[in-house]
Amino acid sequence: MTDASELHTLLDPVLQRHQSRPDRLLQILRDAQDVLGYLSDETTAWLAKALGVSYAQATSTRDFYAFLYRENRGRYRILFSDNITDRMAGNQALFEQMLDYFGVEPGKVSGDGLVSIDLTSCTGMCDQGPAILVNELAIPRMTPQRVVQICGLVSRQVPLAEWPAELFVVEDNIQRADLLLGTTHEPGEAIRAAIARGRDEMLFEMRTSNLRGRGGAGFTTGIKWEACRNAPGVRRYIVCNADEGEPGTFKDRVLLQSYPGRVFEGMVIAAFTVGAHLGLLYLRAEYRYLRPKLEAFLAEMRAQNLLGKDIGGLAGFDFDIEIHLGAGAYVCGEESALIESLEGKAGKPRIRPPFPVTCGYKNQPTVVNNVETLCKATEIAIHGGAWYEAIGTKQSTGTKILSVSGDCERPGIYEYAFGVRISQVLEDCGARNAIAVQVSGASGTCLSERELGRRIAFEDVPTAGSFMIFDAQRDMFEVARNFAHFFKHESCGFCTPCRAGTALLSEMMDKIAEGRGTQYEMNELLRIQAVMKASSHCGLGQTAGNAVADTVQKFRPSYERRLAQTDFVPAFDLDAALAKTRQLTGRDDAHAHLGAEA
Amino acid sequence: MSDSMNSAFDSANTFTIDGRRVPFKPGQTILHAALEAGVYIPHLCHHPELKPHGSCKLCTVTVNGRNGSACTARAMPGLEVENDTPALNDRRRVLLQMLFVEGNHFCPGCEKSGNCQLQALAYDLEMLAPHFRHAFPERPVDASHPDVWLDLNRCVMCELCVRASRDLDGKNVFMLAGRGADSKVVVNSPTGLLKDSALTIDDRAAHVCPVGAILPKRVGYAVPIGERQFDQATISHQVDYLARRTIPIKAAETVTETEGA
Repeated sequence: MTDASELHTLLDPVLQRHQSRPDRLLQILRDAQDVLGYLSDETTAWLAKALGVSYAQATSTRDFYAFLYRENRGRYRILFSDNITDRMAGNQALFEQMLDYFGVEPGKVSGDGLVSIDLTSCTGMCDQGPAILVNELAIPRMTPQRVVQICGLVSRQVPLAEWPAELFVVEDNIQRADLLLGTTHEPGEAIRAAIARGRDEMLFEMRTSNLRGRGGAGFTTGIKWEACRNAPGVRRYIVCNADEGEPGTFKDRVLLQSYPGRVFEGMVIAAFTVGAHLGLLYLRAEYRYLRPKLEAFLAEMRAQNLLGKDIGGLAGFDFDIEIHLGAGAYVCGEESALIESLEGKAGKPRIRPPFPVTCGYKNQPTVVNNVETLCKATEIAIHGGAWYEAIGTKQSTGTKILSVSGDCERPGIYEYAFGVRISQVLEDCGARNAIAVQVSGASGTCLSERELGRRIAFEDVPTAGSFMIFDAQRDMFEVARNFAHFFKHESCGFCTPCRAGTALLSEMMDKIAEGRGTQYEMNELLRIQAVMKASSHCGLGQTAGNAVADTVQKFRPSYERRLAQTDFVPAFDLDAALAKTRQLTGRDDAHAHLGAEA
Repeated sequence: MSDSMNSAFDSANTFTIDGRRVPFKPGQTILHAALEAGVYIPHLCHHPELKPHGSCKLCTVTVNGRNGSACTARAMPGLEVENDTPALNDRRRVLLQMLFVEGNHFCPGCEKSGNCQLQALAYDLEMLAPHFRHAFPERPVDASHPDVWLDLNRCVMCELCVRASRDLDGKNVFMLAGRGADSKVVVNSPTGLLKDSALTIDDRAAHVCPVGAILPKRVGYAVPIGERQFDQATISHQVDYLARRTIPIKAAETVTETEGA
């Protein structure tokens, strides 16, 4: 229990850092949790009062984000990434090893308040999994030895800052570099090139390039910028979407880690073109380890007059960039949900239209671009739109970075001109027995062996970058079940089809996994998916059933071998319902079970 | 957007719903214009006195072939809207079933029966069974307030109470918190209890609930079952009521009546 005067002492610096701004509620809650370990109702009420927001508003923000805790989760909060690629790399055994070591249950804090261990959605380390987060700091390449080492560090209560640095090393694993990854970056070159072109010509070059958004939706970037520039507004904003939450993708992590100059210069160029004065980088919590380096990089850019006042010597071109941290919510990758989160609220997608270009951050014209898209703007500033337009295919210009993981010899980052065949990627990464490739993550498309001749391009197989490979030993039913659970966890809860549909899909997949599914469930999965696709509020719900529907259609045998040989088995299991009673009475003999003796 | 060649003689501000011409005023949504013109589109989270929300998705129609919520999509000249089709109504039935199984809705024991919009929609769309497995969530009943019940078992997360309290009462008593299937309405008070909030019986938020989650106390059976709003006619035949209804500001005269008893 912390009393009010103690909260004052501990949290006043947090409030000061954020000028007690209610629109920074999420950032304030995050920082307060760093100080106190968790956000009790008292703490939340105290903060709400200090910020002049309602208590319900503060709790609604707190309870929305997976990494904000209402109850004590211990001094060391360990989360195992539970993407299908982590599973394939054996995360479950490591998870159990650690649970056993501390004798705790998943998600429950140890009796001494030292540690809690739980699972979390994909942390973007799929090429070097299994991965964990310790108090939101990433540790990849987990092994039984690393589990022992970490258990020791936690037991001895070694402060996180004193843990061996090699634990936290995250590799880039760039396997194939093309235009973006293979060229050197001269700081300020792209910004100077844009300034030399002038705002109108820069916009013209963007439109000529036909660059399309790399976050998945593929909207033409030049049109977005132009709409923002022409929209009536008092201030304009550039938002970089670095909430890379799609399972299996990690290219933005590499760009931010090793190419931050391109990302930030891309934001500066966007600001120059549309007339914005503030940029916001929304960094997913799982990439928190990158923040100090990114802040240092921004400081260096300010020192070089690439940020701040009169950028590049151009009088009146003022622009700066702030970093906001997410807190564990996949849906914040949707641009309007991301804006809600930037404004300190729960990340629920807004009604669109109006789109962010006319009514975005603080209801002002806002460009929201993916990390990779902004990097591309630097290439276009330097080389021009016509040069860019000649690369790739007619409808998908330029290059695309793929995050390759799963069953292959060389997982990592691969950059190709658009139009590359799936089979080419498989050959390059050393995937010999692929039976399926999940392109563009859990919300994407599952391709079977017969479709490997298809191409990566908006007009054929569009992708945000995730490329997960499954070979003959994998069970595609389990892949789809993992994704179904993911979406149930990540649905924001706003609209009926997604909130209820994701729950029903994952429940039905579990029923099939238990051997209680029938042909009936197979039909139901498709029926529910169709309703979700047609009527959900945002892309999350519309695509949440894709993996299930794709695998039902393309990998039917992996479902069918689990089905019960009857028309229907009820979901309600009389014997399972007695489990709690058995636990309470400490009995597990034959007479404590129903149906077994029959 | 739409091909205007074949509708060159349309007056500027009309569109069609299932082939029927519907006039609209600039700025109106498809649902708003439809209800005013006497065309029924099923809906739950919409109320004419509150801003569009678009969360229940029952009003999903196709607009020039694309799916969209009629309550948030703006009416535009020449739009071709499909609404009352077997495919769309099938989908609506599934959404209703989802709403029924994710909460705890026991119509026979609910005092909202007959005035409940969820129940009315289910009757009208001939939802014969909940179909899916019930989630049977554990949700609390808050009876602390002297004049208002809060029973979240029946909540459909339409946020009408949130909007009414915020936009009409100026109080922010309710908020939807949590995430996904764990979403729940929370009360803005230090204890989380309704009695410690700013809600009073004359708030619109106390009367806007389309289901039985927020109910004024002591008037539950003032109007007998059988004589209630949706007992008169099925909801699809009450377009005029849906278009023009207002949220009562007081709990009606029956309050004083029962207080005297």
